[in-house]
Amino acid sequence: MAASKLISTVPDERGRFGAFGGRYVPETLMRALEELATAYEQARTDAAFQAELQRLLHHYVGRPSPLFHARRLTAHCGGAQIWLKREDLNHTGAHKINNTLGQALLTRRMGKARVIAETGAGQHGVATATACALFGIPCVVYMGEEDVRRQAPNVFSMRLLGAEVRPVTSGSRTLRDAINEAMRDWMSSVQSTHYILGSVVGPHPFPRIVRDFQAVIGKEARQQCLELNGRLPDQVVASVGGGSNAAGMFYPFVDDAGVQLTGIEAGGRGIGPGDHAAPLSFGRPGVLHGSLSYVMQDADGQTCDVHSISAGLDYPGVGPEHSYWKDLGRVQYTYCDDDAALRAFDCLAQLEGILPALESSHAIAKAMEIAAGRSANEIVLVCLSGRGDKDAAEVARLKAARGERSERPQ
Amino acid sequence: MTQIEQIFRACRTEGRRLIIPFLTAGDPDLEFTLRLANELSRRGCPIVELGIPYSDPIADGPVIQASYTRALARRITVPAILQALAADAARGPAAAVEPASACGGSGATKPHFVTMVSYAIVHRIGLQEYVTSAQRAGVQGAIVPDLPADEAQALAAICGERDFNLIQLVTPTTPRDRAVRIAETSSGFLYYVSVAGITGERRSLPPGLLENVDWLRQRTPLPICIGFGISTPDHVRTLAPVADGLIVGSAIVRRVEGCDGAGGADPRRARIAEIGDFVGDLIAALP
Repeated sequence: MAASKLISTVPDERGRFGAFGGRYVPETLMRALEELATAYEQARTDAAFQAELQRLLHHYVGRPSPLFHARRLTAHCGGAQIWLKREDLNHTGAHKINNTLGQALLTRRMGKARVIAETGAGQHGVATATACALFGIPCVVYMGEEDVRRQAPNVFSMRLLGAEVRPVTSGSRTLRDAINEAMRDWMSSVQSTHYILGSVVGPHPFPRIVRDFQAVIGKEARQQCLELNGRLPDQVVASVGGGSNAAGMFYPFVDDAGVQLTGIEAGGRGIGPGDHAAPLSFGRPGVLHGSLSYVMQDADGQTCDVHSISAGLDYPGVGPEHSYWKDLGRVQYTYCDDDAALRAFDCLAQLEGILPALESSHAIAKAMEIAAGRSANEIVLVCLSGRGDKDAAEVARLKAARGERSERPQ
Repeated sequence: MTQIEQIFRACRTEGRRLIIPFLTAGDPDLEFTLRLANELSRRGCPIVELGIPYSDPIADGPVIQASYTRALARRITVPAILQALAADAARGPAAAVEPASACGGSGATKPHFVTMVSYAIVHRIGLQEYVTSAQRAGVQGAIVPDLPADEAQALAAICGERDFNLIQLVTPTTPRDRAVRIAETSSGFLYYVSVAGITGERRSLPPGLLENVDWLRQRTPLPICIGFGISTPDHVRTLAPVADGLIVGSAIVRRVEGCDGAGGADPRRARIAEIGDFVGDLIAALP
């Protein structure tokens, strides 16, 4: 472990994760990205900053989040033990708050007076609105019009928290367009505004900053697994849209060669173009939103439309560190389709009394398959990245449209 | 030396400035784009900036975004754009480069093109392949708005070998020492972005712009063209004294919108003449 270069020692100072990452943005944003990189470098090693973040994570978010042995789900699958990292129990109901509190502290440290954010499922929007309320910073959240419709509860929450939600009507009216609009706002407001990007995507230093703030998930899970089971897990599973919960879950394990890591992309309604949102499975390296990473593009470099039942996974790109892990072979990426995610949603609800977010349901679905193929003394950890209350109405609508009722798992 | 460099050299000798129109390639179609480009060349614009439509243009305001969306909805592709340029060039030579007529002497019927193109497109097509095929179509250079100087070494090296200009951008947020370094890596001209923001017409231009451009002018031999927000003869009168060229985008692209509709025997001809008059008024405001 000491001799060879550790997989975790990325990015370099230019924001490169192997061949991926970088900073492909207009010159207008370069100064702010430099300032952010410098401010973060200082904050990272500043004991007072870290103490303040720890205090908030403990007393405000409720960390550490539990690692829960899902016994009935395990019995249902009939194989390895399934353990859930309960990020759904965090304040605001998802892992997103880990990052927004860290970046809100950075905003204050840099003396910026306003915050903008993008959101897909609305979890990052709510977490940003929450952090901004706590710090007294005005906040604007860009959200695709399609996502405003399918994630209405989170839109209400953001507005109640004092944020302004701006629906985005360009392009596919989803997360990708929300990021475009947030970037355009930042082009004009960069001197006074910090952009709290919600995933491990975008130009350097965002992929690194978001990964570091989310790595608390994997650090805790690793330690909890050691304490509860006396050993590391055999496999760790997380869903991947932009990839922040997966990056946070995997990063503390990447140097543990014996732990298999598996990222689950959105397989949507099929493997045809436009039917899924799985760039690591079906895309190729290209540039989108400021970094080089796997992306769904046509032969001309135009970004393709993608689809997922889950607004948080409905994104044509992915964080550059995932591309790095994929090409190294350190993480295996696969996909789970809409229907399997909905079935996993039902299973977890009825077997464990937990409504998972549709994003997390993708990871649950694959973890159930993986566990079924492993022996009973093995351990599979799953990042349950968020709770599904926000999705309840959309799931009901989809079921009604298909003439289904919730089925009881056998 | 590219045609762009020769044109600016001639202009400096003559003490003249240029209006550089920005057109979206393929809005509403390539036939219109080239007719309009040729008309603007005839009016006295020897250089035209051609925007290659991109699905996620984060530096562009609503007008150019909408025009990119319209062009892409009609399935415009980079090979189709370059083919049309090559075919148009084959029908007759572009403006001759002679000191007496090169920089805005009217009558030239074809402009020289530089492309405004996202790095997402250049990367996907391949750096070598993009430069080669653009050059084959007669394109003189590229502005790659999402490729800051720090990431541009590979493309700059290829452009340098091929005598293809890679035009870099400086903005109001660029520190001065960095602006000087960027100017050293730029070729053809330097694009000075007038505002910290996205493209689009603006009523007034930011304070300090003239001083900042003038400061940079003392430190680089490169021609400097100012863009973003320029839309009126007043803007032109204010900025021309410190610039070699002024780039006008949204104000033209807005006038293209909806021009494929009905109206008269050749509605396109009327629209092209109208845009020609608008650009003519801007040219008339040059010193």
